[in-house]
Amino acid sequence: MSAASHDAHEAHDDHGHGHEDGGAHGTLKDYVIGFVLAVILTAIPFWLVMADVLPSHQMTALAVMGLAVIQVLVHMIYFLHMNSRSEGGWTMLALVFTLVVVVITLSGSLWVMHNLDTHMMAPMPHDMREVP
Amino acid sequence: MAHAQALTEADKDRFYLTEDHHPENGTLLGFWIYLMSDCLIFAVLFACYAVLGRNYAAGPSGADLFDLPIVAVNTALLLFSSITYGFAMISAQAKKVKPTLAWLAVTGLLGLGFLSLELYEFNHLIHEGAGPQRSAFLSSFFVLVGTHGLHVTFGCIWLVTLMVQVAKRGLGVEMKRRLMCLSMFWHFLDVIWIGVFSFVYLLGVLK
Repeated sequence: MSAASHDAHEAHDDHGHGHEDGGAHGTLKDYVIGFVLAVILTAIPFWLVMADVLPSHQMTALAVMGLAVIQVLVHMIYFLHMNSRSEGGWTMLALVFTLVVVVITLSGSLWVMHNLDTHMMAPMPHDMREVP
Repeated sequence: MAHAQALTEADKDRFYLTEDHHPENGTLLGFWIYLMSDCLIFAVLFACYAVLGRNYAAGPSGADLFDLPIVAVNTALLLFSSITYGFAMISAQAKKVKPTLAWLAVTGLLGLGFLSLELYEFNHLIHEGAGPQRSAFLSSFFVLVGTHGLHVTFGCIWLVTLMVQVAKRGLGVEMKRRLMCLSMFWHFLDVIWIGVFSFVYLLGVLK
């Protein structure tokens, strides 16, 4: 019994070690796919802005930000080798937590500062006329 | 005695999950958590730039200052350095010392190229009178892009350190772990740069 459990433990250790040793490392194919996708996803936004392709600046801005998000995902998957299984899911948990804080920080700052801006706007000339 | 053993066996059965998947070596997870905290630093700087990025104080705007071809070259350098680091990791997995060193050297040179172009750009801006003290937009720009550049600088120093260590000690388990940490750091900086070139440079030129 004890020997068997010892063996099991040993096997588990070996497995753990093999996994830890390599960490999450990619293959050549992973890196090449990631690189090609990243090049395409970088070239498109530069082209959109430099050649002024889309009719409005707002559309260009949206496209640039959308492509950036896609490229971040490509980097995460093909270069950083993120998946839900590495380190028993703890890396994914840390990432999700960070993303929540990042979203709160960014949207919160923009919201609050925009609000302040609109409320504390310096009086316009036509408002000044009504001041006694 | 037999009873006690039965109990512990039962306990083992009940709590077998605590034995499964516990990190044997938490270095990579710990480094990942460091990267996440770094990510928060950049998130705050991005938020700062998002709030202040249009306060030009009657000074130059992004459309007047940014030179997109330089940014494109910089982006290409960083992207190439990412894949060459990937090749270094593949060589390290195959325990080939010389190709690992060669790819690391190429990565380092690309990183230095990135840094020198960025320093050239900063120098150019400051000489045009668009230094960090000119307006809130330029202050937040220099802090955000400069912090990224500082990270790349430390990445380069770390890379040289690891190259010396690999040359002296070969590619043991602990050396692969160190290379793995720098790999995460390096790719993470590339991810941050995606945000910088999209949000700061491309959108800055649009405005």
